[in-house]
Amino acid sequence: MANRPELLAPPEIFYDETEARKYTSSSRIVDIQAKLSERALELLALPEDGVPRFLLDIGCGSGLSGETISENGHHWLGLDISASMLNVAVEREVEGDLLLGDMGQGLGLRPGVIDGAISISAVQWLCNADKSSHEPRLRLKAFFGSLYRCLSRGARAVFQVYPENIKQRELILRQALQAGFGGGLVVDYPHSTKKRKEFLVLTCGSVQTSIQTGKNEHDEGCSEDDSSEDEESGMVSMSDRNRPKKRQKPNKEGKSREWMLRKKEQSRRKGNDVPADSKYTGRKRKSRF
Amino acid sequence: MRLITHNMLSCNIKGVTNGFPLRIEAGNVIKKEVDFNPDFIRHMFAKLEWKALVEGARSMGYAELPEDSPDAAVLESDESFLKKLHHALLELHLEEGALVCPETGRKFPVNKGIPNMLLHEDEV
Repeated sequence: MANRPELLAPPEIFYDETEARKYTSSSRIVDIQAKLSERALELLALPEDGVPRFLLDIGCGSGLSGETISENGHHWLGLDISASMLNVAVEREVEGDLLLGDMGQGLGLRPGVIDGAISISAVQWLCNADKSSHEPRLRLKAFFGSLYRCLSRGARAVFQVYPENIKQRELILRQALQAGFGGGLVVDYPHSTKKRKEFLVLTCGSVQTSIQTGKNEHDEGCSEDDSSEDEESGMVSMSDRNRPKKRQKPNKEGKSREWMLRKKEQSRRKGNDVPADSKYTGRKRKSRF
Repeated sequence: MRLITHNMLSCNIKGVTNGFPLRIEAGNVIKKEVDFNPDFIRHMFAKLEWKALVEGARSMGYAELPEDSPDAAVLESDESFLKKLHHALLELHLEEGALVCPETGRKFPVNKGIPNMLLHEDEV
């Protein structure tokens, strides 16, 4: 992709009327969205009892993913920030209800009402500060917090994302965990740059079920003892365990270079701007300092 | 927007504690038929706020729902009740109108069936 859309403009401006139409009439995009939505629905692991569920489609756009949900027999509610995209959805007479809203402002849904949530190619838009009043971390917090609340016990949220880089993916994951979600990353076709797709599967509540493994080029699940790197194995699981706090004893040796490097790394992980590590970091200064 | 969605929406403005249910100002309501699935209706019943649903339905011009939330026996056996619930939840569409926050009075306009829930900068 020449340029990432989220670097060009905020979503409600990028997806104007022309772009919305172009997006929806491109058969390639329609096809990709349908496949991604099918896979996301699969990863939702809804009970196979034939009872339709009520799902949330976050960043539903022109309703491409919503149509897949309807085809699978479920009812859905879609949220999107672009009025033009939603207008196209209305024209296509999608079966779900549509809301014009900003996921970074919180979802505004009552607790426990949603049976599952999917989001196709939308969550990465949250990581960009499109207005000076935006702070991506706060928006992600509002989004994941409100999502966690509105999901029913045992429900899942599956996001297909195109993270720009590792930092962005970590930011998204961290915010999700802080909101109380457990879960993991499922990567399909990890070795192919074209076909590689990432799905963040988040679980709610104490129901412990196994997260599916990602697909590899033979369309089988990847075995977990394949590769040791996070990028290559099908699954990375994480959970935020409550560690009992240890009482800190004051360190008699003072603050060593190692300690400094560790603290800087911690600060970087939080998202702060930290000067790069160099040979001067933690260097012994003259006694007058 | 249908009542199934209205029953889940609450006002998201910062500081609002009593933002549910949103009052419906109905401008234009249309009916669209949807296939009846009793399992889905029973599944959704547990999640509904009954009073909000009855009031919302009345604002949209449908007054056939009973005032009191029915008990489990009715849900299992009474198909005509399930059909009424189905009609109220899935077949009534608010095309034009507004949703009003009960605490602040802020209006969220509804156009072409889409409620505009975007908050202003100072409401977040």
